[in-house]
Amino acid sequence: MRVMPWLHCLRGVVGRELLRFLHQRSRFLAALVRPLVWLFVFAAGFRMALGVAMTEPYQTYILYEVYIVPGLVGMIQLFNGMQSSLSMVYDREMGSMRVLLVSPFPRWYLLVCKLLASTLVSVVQVYVFLAIAWAYGIQAPVMGYLYLLPALLVTGFMVGALGLLLSSFIRQLENFAGVMNFVIFPMFFLSSALYPLWRIREGSYLVYQVAALNPFTHAVEMIRFAMYERFNADAVMISVAVAVVLLALAILGYNPSRGMMARKGGGD
Amino acid sequence: MSGANDAAALALEVRGLSFAYAGRPALDDVSLAVAAGEFVVLLGPNGAGKTTLFSLVTRLHDRRRGEIRIGGFDVRRQSVQAHGHIGVVFQQPTLDLDLSVMQNLAYHGALHGMGRREAKARALAQLERVGLHDQRRTRVRRLSGGQRRRVEIARGLMHEPRLLLLDEPTVGLDIASRRELVAHAHRLCTEAGVAVLWATHLIDEVRPDDRVVVLHRGRLLADERAQSLPARLGVDTLGEAFDLLIEKQEAACE
Repeated sequence: MRVMPWLHCLRGVVGRELLRFLHQRSRFLAALVRPLVWLFVFAAGFRMALGVAMTEPYQTYILYEVYIVPGLVGMIQLFNGMQSSLSMVYDREMGSMRVLLVSPFPRWYLLVCKLLASTLVSVVQVYVFLAIAWAYGIQAPVMGYLYLLPALLVTGFMVGALGLLLSSFIRQLENFAGVMNFVIFPMFFLSSALYPLWRIREGSYLVYQVAALNPFTHAVEMIRFAMYERFNADAVMISVAVAVVLLALAILGYNPSRGMMARKGGGD
Repeated sequence: MSGANDAAALALEVRGLSFAYAGRPALDDVSLAVAAGEFVVLLGPNGAGKTTLFSLVTRLHDRRRGEIRIGGFDVRRQSVQAHGHIGVVFQQPTLDLDLSVMQNLAYHGALHGMGRREAKARALAQLERVGLHDQRRTRVRRLSGGQRRRVEIARGLMHEPRLLLLDEPTVGLDIASRRELVAHAHRLCTEAGVAVLWATHLIDEVRPDDRVVVLHRGRLLADERAQSLPARLGVDTLGEAFDLLIEKQEAACE
């Protein structure tokens, strides 16, 4: 099997996604404003109310703004993943998804290319956000920004595959408001993005249990540790496993001979 | 594989194809063959099953009975080769409006595994053919409906398919653009040897010596030259012949 055509295909899909992203400035702006509002308004307001005691991976006491940044990184990826996966479903009905799927490459490969492309878009968003945070004074070790990259790839695949899976199986989720209410908000709030798990536990044991089971918690912790040059093995293993399982399910769900499209289509 | 890759292999071969949407039959035992370089009009009213047939050939839907071969390759078992041999112009526009003509074509080239240089050379050659070479840097949004369709045809031919599927490609175009598009598709058959399957519900797009396949309610009602169909049915025009076939089928269904 020749490798180059596969790479050309990947380059094409990723290149198109980045080009489209550059053309949609309002989407970029929205993706950036959202976490910045959280950082500058929400976190600044809570700074007084919420001190964060020394917790891993931080070496000292930290301000709430510092704590919240990895969670906001996760949020950027969560929004981006859901948005691009949903657009894949709209696309499937009416346009570019058809163009993608008549490509002779196997469908699983095309979907992986597509998810990688949207993940890379979210990576760009994350680094721009972190640059602004840096200028604001929230600075992680320099190498941390490099270690962060693989964590971002894993998280991007995880949320992108989740979005694809949801959109393949749940018809009603096709508008974004539904996804916000029933997927993004619960995943974000019931995680360690805004408060450390031990703190949630003090408030409600039930919420703590849910948050501990939430894969997004582990993605955020993986991001948090990576940013501070640490490797959280549990978080990484759980995140990778969840990403792989969701990806497999998303691909199966998208497969016309087995998944949802076929059931919608009836057939023999 | 017998027949596969053989120049004499049929561009498209559909045998005993049946498909249902949620229990409602959309295609019922359809068989159809298109030879290399042949122009075939798939004529049918809206909802006849034309788009369903195209969706099955391009494998957007897959759960069906029957067999589909493209250039001799089975769509299911040899999907890579089969898909490499078809170009499609979908009913809905599928170009990226914010990207330039070239960017759109380059994307398609990449999806077919072409390197940058190869994709560019092929795209330029196809744009030359559809007369849009000068517009290659223009954003698709700025093109007219007819020009966009021509870009889609150029895109569908970049990987040199044996079979070009066009699903109601003239929808929303003015008369001059429609005529030009029909003529262009015929030239592709005679000059480039591409087989064309042209789905439409517009009788006036059919030329007398075109082969016409009439589809209604998922069934094939006729398959012959446009000029001989009216005589066989004892009417004067293709339009009347078409109406007659549809009426008969409606009566049979009730």
